[in-house]
Amino acid sequence: MRFGVVRFPGSCDDVDAFQAARRVGDAVILWHAERDLRAADVVVIPGGFSYGDHLRAGAIARFAPVMGEVIEFAHEGGLVLGICNGFQVLCEAGLLPGALLPNVSLRFVCRQVDLEVVNNQTPFTGACDPAETLSIPVKHTTGRYYAPPEELAELSAGGQVVLRYAQGHNPNGSLEDIAGVCNEPRNVFGLMPHPEHAVDPLTGSAGGLRIFESLRAHVDGRVAV
Amino acid sequence: MRARVLVRPKEGILDPQGQTVQRALKALGFAGVRDVHVGRLIELELDDSERLPEMCERLLANPLIEDWEIEDDHRVPDQGAERP
Amino acid sequence: MSTVASLSEIPRHRQLGLTDHEYELILERLGREPNTVELAMLSLMWSEHCAYKHSRKLLRRLPTTGPHLLLGPGENAGAVDVGGGLALAFKVESHNHPSAVEPFQGAATGVGGILRDIFAVGARPIAVLDSLRFGEPEQSERSRYLLGRAVAGIGHYGNSIGVPTIGGEVYFEPSYEQNCLVNAMCLGIAPRERLIRSAAAGPGNLVVLLGALTGRDGIGGASVLASAELGEGDEAKRPSVQIGDPFAEKKLLECCLELLDRGLLVALQDLGAAGLTSSVSEMVSKGGVGVELNVSRVPVRDSAMEPFEIMVSESQERMLCVVEPPRLHEVLAICRRWETLATAIGEVTDSGHVRVLDDGEPVADLPVHVLVDDCPLYDLKPAPPSAPPRGPEGFETPRAGGRRSEADLLLALLGSPNICSRRPLFEQYDWIVQSRTVRRPEQTDAAVLALPDGSGIAVSIDGNGRRVYADPRLGAAEAVYECAANLACVGAEPLGVTNCLNFGNPEKPTVAWQLTEAVEGVVSACEALGIPVVGGNVSLYNEAPAGPIFPTPVIGIVGKLPDVARAGRLGFAREGDAIALVGPFSPSLAASELEKLWGRTPSGPLPDADGGLIRQVHATIRGGVRRQALRSAHDVAEGGVAVALAECCIAGGIGARVELPDALDSFGEAPGRGFIVSGPADALERWADSGPSGACTMIGKVCGDALQISSRLSLPVDELARAWGQGLDKFF
Repeated sequence: MRFGVVRFPGSCDDVDAFQAARRVGDAVILWHAERDLRAADVVVIPGGFSYGDHLRAGAIARFAPVMGEVIEFAHEGGLVLGICNGFQVLCEAGLLPGALLPNVSLRFVCRQVDLEVVNNQTPFTGACDPAETLSIPVKHTTGRYYAPPEELAELSAGGQVVLRYAQGHNPNGSLEDIAGVCNEPRNVFGLMPHPEHAVDPLTGSAGGLRIFESLRAHVDGRVAV
Repeated sequence: MRARVLVRPKEGILDPQGQTVQRALKALGFAGVRDVHVGRLIELELDDSERLPEMCERLLANPLIEDWEIEDDHRVPDQGAERP
Repeated sequence: MSTVASLSEIPRHRQLGLTDHEYELILERLGREPNTVELAMLSLMWSEHCAYKHSRKLLRRLPTTGPHLLLGPGENAGAVDVGGGLALAFKVESHNHPSAVEPFQGAATGVGGILRDIFAVGARPIAVLDSLRFGEPEQSERSRYLLGRAVAGIGHYGNSIGVPTIGGEVYFEPSYEQNCLVNAMCLGIAPRERLIRSAAAGPGNLVVLLGALTGRDGIGGASVLASAELGEGDEAKRPSVQIGDPFAEKKLLECCLELLDRGLLVALQDLGAAGLTSSVSEMVSKGGVGVELNVSRVPVRDSAMEPFEIMVSESQERMLCVVEPPRLHEVLAICRRWETLATAIGEVTDSGHVRVLDDGEPVADLPVHVLVDDCPLYDLKPAPPSAPPRGPEGFETPRAGGRRSEADLLLALLGSPNICSRRPLFEQYDWIVQSRTVRRPEQTDAAVLALPDGSGIAVSIDGNGRRVYADPRLGAAEAVYECAANLACVGAEPLGVTNCLNFGNPEKPTVAWQLTEAVEGVVSACEALGIPVVGGNVSLYNEAPAGPIFPTPVIGIVGKLPDVARAGRLGFAREGDAIALVGPFSPSLAASELEKLWGRTPSGPLPDADGGLIRQVHATIRGGVRRQALRSAHDVAEGGVAVALAECCIAGGIGARVELPDALDSFGEAPGRGFIVSGPADALERWADSGPSGACTMIGKVCGDALQISSRLSLPVDELARAWGQGLDKFF
């Protein structure tokens, strides 16, 4: 299987996502200016400060040439994973509900947090046990998840809340401790924590590998059928 | 022509920047200050302002979390003019 | 009382910071009067900041050769060989004066500047560390403000550009109230073949300016600020502060590395203090060539900029390179891809001159040697203070019959700003990006990064103004020993040193003495440990009307460890492990944190340091960590053995029961010379036998949930952790 990792001007964790993806499959870099997904099975929009976070985080990246292809790919059921800045881009692009606001503390926070897997019936969390705890680092200034009250209720009821920060671990004031959400069809997933930085005990934790393994299993499962 | 767009956080959304500024003003001794919000100003030089509201909706503001307003907008209301 | 002369009565050269003698020298060397543009260029090239007039002769004392050295002093950064075909470039630089004026941008652009020095030699920046010093946060709102904004600025720049901030230090002393210190260190890696020098070559080759537009940033900025003491009216200097753009630098960085990977550059140089003038002068001086520049070709933010402004602008995020004409179009194509401006602004010549044209009209023409070599170097006139800093004997410690218990003193020290947890700082830094960081902040004494082949790099940055004030020579040597000790604790062998010397006005005899003695101390320690100095920085005139700062040499050392998975940790690990005190460790309370707690000025004499013995002990610690005979290793620094033991308990989440020799003060200090280690009892004993005889004393074992130092104190680890964990919270 192949991961396509998008690189915008200002992306920082693209190489990290690329290296993490290569632990479970093949990976290529997708240059922002090219309308070519290079036959990727999963598109990853990585963390960083695309376009310097100018105007709003992800606001300009969502209009990059490659994003036209990504949006079409998503509408056709293609798998899209947005990490941190990637989550912001997906919300700005309307592929995910809600928006990310500045952290309540108004400061950048880099910290290891515990996450609760709320929904393990998605291609991104299929390899997780129900209600499993994953330990993954966060590092961001603009990670406070927001959606209007009615929409929040729908997300919860509809199983679109995939990850929540464990009790006491919410680093940014996200409503209902939401750390990651997916769209209704479950093929697009965005999260603020960085699973690509939790794939090796040597660098601190390996809980993030679950997400890449889930995707691998899902894609393999599709091909096998 | 020059245009100015003001973007501000939507009413009801927690605005910690606004709160911080409010506290700071109080700490400096300015009394009677309430309900502070911090937003953004975008200034543009335009040939034609007809599509400015579309620019606001599509890029300059995120309508889910922000309100926008074209300052001193003298255009005809049914062209999609300012929001309060 | 003389009245202050109005600005128009003061000769131009003096307004620009040149002395009458220096101006006469210029007239002599040039054979005529310099015009405005030339005078601006010369005043900057001959400033302290650019020319190191007062320190260059002294810096020649530093040892600069070693077996792993690839690039020594004189290039944009130094570099050492770390094996596997890789070079490690590194350097530390100060941005003190700009940070005192505008701490967010001052600290941010300090990071931006040191990053450029690293990729200017062809290395990809992989880590940043910062050494910060401010006035007392408890007493000074201004110092709390500077602390908060400087940390935010460092985070803003480093995080945005995707380089992890993996370590650093922060200290608070009244001495730094008016003159904060912000020193930024950066490391980068490159395949050895990609290292590039800055010497321009090849008359006919093109000089190409890359990066941001040139504006009025810092006109007369860094240099003017650095060569004058801060006083009234520094508000007016605000317009001179540079604004950083990490997004622009990220694109510039990727662009430069790709240009280098494709072998498209003859030379590369960053633009820092004195902008185009210094970059171009250095490049042609090293290359023994000349240059002709056309300022009208420089892309500017404001079309009304004058030639001299363009030549001295310190706008950030710009680099200068030399390109062979047939390859220019390839260079421009790559720059376009990375959305980085690139403009051919001149040509290398063989004239030995820097010639500047404005739209074809000559506006400056100076021989390179006048700009770079003819600047006079001054001998310092050191004179020791009439009375060495000696405090009264005896402290109010329990042993001297004082009221506070050792337990109370330990808690007070653990919670004090110089010792407590730095969590509020490092949580604002991305210490994870690039996936090389192997140990988390506060798990180890040195930061550790993984290399592709399973080996690792370790790095630490250390200084101590208080102790250097008490004894400049020994205090400075201690900074080197402490930094190397931090590396030993993770199992790393030191490969090279970078240093930033932060001092007051060197024209004052006492400061000159401090500087001279401190350099001698650094020299002796580097020679004893066998580590070369690969480069560094000097920041002088850190003075306010009240007086100079504590003399503060800041030392950065990089090292290597063969198996990064075995990198040491400082926390006690396992119930039942034996604990040992190691080293030629004879601490005293002179210039200690306890002395500071009692409000005394730093006093000497500092304990002696036997460089040869220290080297042996470091090697023994290193070997023990590598062989995993030691499960934990931690050097004894601020606060002495009691604090070190507490830190090991807190990090490990486990207690200890130890007995200390009667003569050993719980809070006495001797940086770089003492270690607390733990490990399985038999392995520890065997390991101890492998070191210098008498260097290792078994003192107890890891157990329980309290730190017990027999007959002196007993405190639950929870209480220690609380006192230490919350120390800085109230200032953020």
